[in-house]
Amino acid sequence: MKKKMLSLVLAGAMTAALLTGCGSTGADSTSTADGTTNEAAAEDAGADNADAATDNADASDAATDAAEDTGAAAGANGTFKIGGIGPLTGGAAVYGIAAMNGSQIAVDEINAAGGINGMTVELNFQDDELDSEKSVNAYNTLKDWGVQVIDGCVTSACSIAVAAKTAEDNIFQLTPSGSAVECVTNPNSFRVCFSDPNQGAASAQYIGEHNLATKIAVIYDSSDVYSSGIYEKFVSEAANQSFEIVTAGAFTADNKTDFSVQLQQAKDAGADLVFLPIYYNEAALILKQASDMGFDVQFFGCDGLDGILGVDNFDASLAEGVMLLTPFAADATDDLTVKFVTTYNEKFGETPNQFAADGYDAIYTIKAAAEKAGITADMSNEEICTALSAAMTEIQVDGLTGLGITWDASGEPTKEPKAVVIKDGVYTAM
Amino acid sequence: MSFVAHLINGISLGSVYALIALGYTMVYGIAKMLNFAHGDVIMIGGYVVFVTVSGMGLNPLAAIIISMAACTILGVVIERVAYRPLRGASPLAVLITAIGVSYLLQNVALLVFGSDTKAFTNVVPFPNLELFDGQLVIKSVTIVTVIVNVIIMVGLTLFVKKTKIGRAMTAVSEDKGAAQLMGINVNGTIAITFAIGSSLAAIAGVLLCSAYPALTPYTGSMPGIKAFVAAVFGGIGSIPGAFIGGILLGVIENLSKAYISSQLSDAIVFSILIIVLLVKPTGLLGKKVQEKV
Amino acid sequence: MKKLRINKTTKNDMITYAMVILAYIVVQVLVSTGHVSSLIQGLLVPFCTYVIVAIALNLTVGILGELSLGHAGFMCVGAFSSAVFSLACKDAMPGGLRFFLAILIGAAAAALVGFLVGIPVLRLRGDYLAIVTLAFGEIIKNIINALYLGVDSNGVHFSMKDALSLNMEEDGLMLIKGAQGVTGTPNDSNFTIGVVLILITLIIVLNFIHSRTGRAVMSIRDNRIAAESIGINVTKYKLIAFTLSASLAGVAGVLYAHNLSTLNALPKNFGYNMSILILVFVVLGGIGNMRGSIIAAVLLTLLPEVLRGLSDYRMLIYAIVLIAMMIFNWSPNAIFFRKRLKQRITAGKQPKKEEA
Repeated sequence: MKKKMLSLVLAGAMTAALLTGCGSTGADSTSTADGTTNEAAAEDAGADNADAATDNADASDAATDAAEDTGAAAGANGTFKIGGIGPLTGGAAVYGIAAMNGSQIAVDEINAAGGINGMTVELNFQDDELDSEKSVNAYNTLKDWGVQVIDGCVTSACSIAVAAKTAEDNIFQLTPSGSAVECVTNPNSFRVCFSDPNQGAASAQYIGEHNLATKIAVIYDSSDVYSSGIYEKFVSEAANQSFEIVTAGAFTADNKTDFSVQLQQAKDAGADLVFLPIYYNEAALILKQASDMGFDVQFFGCDGLDGILGVDNFDASLAEGVMLLTPFAADATDDLTVKFVTTYNEKFGETPNQFAADGYDAIYTIKAAAEKAGITADMSNEEICTALSAAMTEIQVDGLTGLGITWDASGEPTKEPKAVVIKDGVYTAM
Repeated sequence: MSFVAHLINGISLGSVYALIALGYTMVYGIAKMLNFAHGDVIMIGGYVVFVTVSGMGLNPLAAIIISMAACTILGVVIERVAYRPLRGASPLAVLITAIGVSYLLQNVALLVFGSDTKAFTNVVPFPNLELFDGQLVIKSVTIVTVIVNVIIMVGLTLFVKKTKIGRAMTAVSEDKGAAQLMGINVNGTIAITFAIGSSLAAIAGVLLCSAYPALTPYTGSMPGIKAFVAAVFGGIGSIPGAFIGGILLGVIENLSKAYISSQLSDAIVFSILIIVLLVKPTGLLGKKVQEKV
Repeated sequence: MKKLRINKTTKNDMITYAMVILAYIVVQVLVSTGHVSSLIQGLLVPFCTYVIVAIALNLTVGILGELSLGHAGFMCVGAFSSAVFSLACKDAMPGGLRFFLAILIGAAAAALVGFLVGIPVLRLRGDYLAIVTLAFGEIIKNIINALYLGVDSNGVHFSMKDALSLNMEEDGLMLIKGAQGVTGTPNDSNFTIGVVLILITLIIVLNFIHSRTGRAVMSIRDNRIAAESIGINVTKYKLIAFTLSASLAGVAGVLYAHNLSTLNALPKNFGYNMSILILVFVVLGGIGNMRGSIIAAVLLTLLPEVLRGLSDYRMLIYAIVLIAMMIFNWSPNAIFFRKRLKQRITAGKQPKKEEA
């Protein structure tokens, strides 16, 4: 018994040692902070955590102060702290990391161009491991850091969990890619991407209007909020269209390597179009397996499919003729996209996907709203939240994921999805 | 016809499970530990081949050999650093450590290779077999996987039964203490077991990724669990049991997806596993252990 | 002088209770004086959740002596049943009563599932039992992910396919939306209730261990054949312990569900990964040692959060720390080393005493 207690104490000591380590690295990541805003940020953090600091947080604060003093010249009008939340480890890491990188590029560009209203922008992106509980932990970590605006979460379920907390604390929240309806029910929450029902309906209408097919098979991820959300709306909208849905094959997160059954069913049912409201990782496998079994059919997808050509070593000929409805295509030739893709490639060695674009647009949307509302560093979170929420409905943003994006008070964006087809290994507008 | 197609696709999936299960059962049979990190060694094996073939342009066969060597070293190092210090401790402690190793490998891969999916190049250079005017397609990977399975199964059985090291392994699995007294190097024997198990993991990784060409740091974990279930299904520790368990699991999974519900296929697979274990508590080909009083 | 004689185990139990109460008081004082960061405040309820489920699993692993890899499944049952109840009765009754009933419902539902799972599972032994509990955990998660439940003016609708096949009226309320789970659960959990639940759990478990039933269960753990031969009904006692353990895990699930506004059965929170994480608490804290489980659950829940500053290397360091702690705690060499170290310390003290 005593031995075990002893070892636990030792384990505790180890944790404590790690805590100190954490304090100093935390300071590094916030080194652009301006010393003068330190008090303001602390006030902003709200009454319940104004003085909030455990012993170890104290240590980190002290370290931060030191770092801030040396870097005090960064922003003339203080700093603006944006907190991001998304999965950076675990199976969904690819989406969170992309959104984080996209946001970071936007932040760097804005800071290079003089910041928002003269404030230097700081981005602190925390991992939620695709777990709602962890996303709330991440949010609380950001609150301790003195966050002023939340750019997150990247995924729907986490967004909903955090939305309940931001509404309580009156912190403005803009999710780059949380597409479920419930993500933006609170007056303080907005999104950059389309909502799931919106995409499902748009896809069904597009297919119907252009007479792309008469018999449609759907393969969707029933364990994913995004995918099942689109699927449901697609099916209900299909009733108003000229085509019929012949099979609907579901798969789950634990079962996403083998799609032979779903494809075989689609083949047997004589489908002439397969609708894939899923992400590109699974779609890449589906395309490969369809080609292996000699099933030559038209594939149609949503924005989740964007990125399929960026998969390392992917045989682009498999994706030939695939159509997708997406607001962003990495191969578009407009200046903004070209510049973004080039920077992303240089910095991170990858081609950005839809999530990166959403993350980038989210930061610029916050910038546009903050400038409209005249946000200054000494405003409290509550003031910022009210001002930004009001400003959101008045702004118009030209982003990577659409030109002239506008918002209404419900939090939904209005923008046009572009239909693109993959021709000769590149996205081509239809 | 579609039933036959579902059946063949099931065998195709099952053959991959079987290959992974062989590695699981090998380590469990000798070292009596559930090596939860096996699936992640498979993932590392896949990445090694990916890097050597797609990055350095090596011949796939050479890449597989390099990958086997890398995984063998990795397996032995893991055994030496993480598992050997715990020999003699509660099996639960070893299980948890294996899970720690699994997290470690996943996160190392995440840092080194990134989170984005890599499309794996099929290393099997043969065309698919098409029957009845393309109505029925048997993937060349499937044929190769089944053949590799049989070769490994026969090879392992012969190795364990006929060679001196193999017999030492059997002795260690029966009774570590007695084996030591008979002059067998227990630690060495277990290290060799891990070396073999890990090189099998490399082969499994290559064939898994050739059949389902999407490689991420988490590629190995779910097939790893399924293969573990397959090994238990067939009777853990039994080499032919792992093969039969793997194939059956794949077939049941695909048929239940096709004819019952694609959402509930896991629930069905696990229910069948439970029923089998209730009827035969040590799996299909498992040995019944007499309990000593 | 009359010496108060307290038996050693009672004293030990009292220390455990005292530790929990002391921790509660310290935290409350720190919170009211504003010395606790938002992160820690947000973590208080998860701490309670994991402490309860760790104690529950320790009952199965440490006292019953069987390895369960499916406790996240029982937690999942408790979470979903209570969340559905709370959502359906959101406006029908006051918060306190509703949460009390939710706890009872969660515990009862998990107990029922635990009982049904226990009947076949407890016939098996060792690793086979472990794999079957893992299978049950995955089955529960899989079914809940495919479950659609709604209520409208025509009554309750239920489907295993998709939301459309529910044929709900416009005014209907969706309770469980398949993978999207339950959204809008009232936020009823708080730290005080959590600590009260921990204490209740501890009272139940510690008293169970010292009861006649508990001793019978432990005799089965130590030697099944001997226990059977003296007339102990092995199946019955195993089932009692297992059901109790499942129901306590269900209570933890209730606490979990009412702490977040959204509840999904993801591989991450209710899959085998979570079952294994709970097992890590138990093994690291010491099998059969309730106090150890409490400390380990708190430390290991805190660890990944305090490592956030390491950003990319966070989970990597977590894995390394986990392996290191396991080896340090369980390796025969390390145990020997610690013993020798302790001997040296006590040996060092001995002469001093003589001098004095």
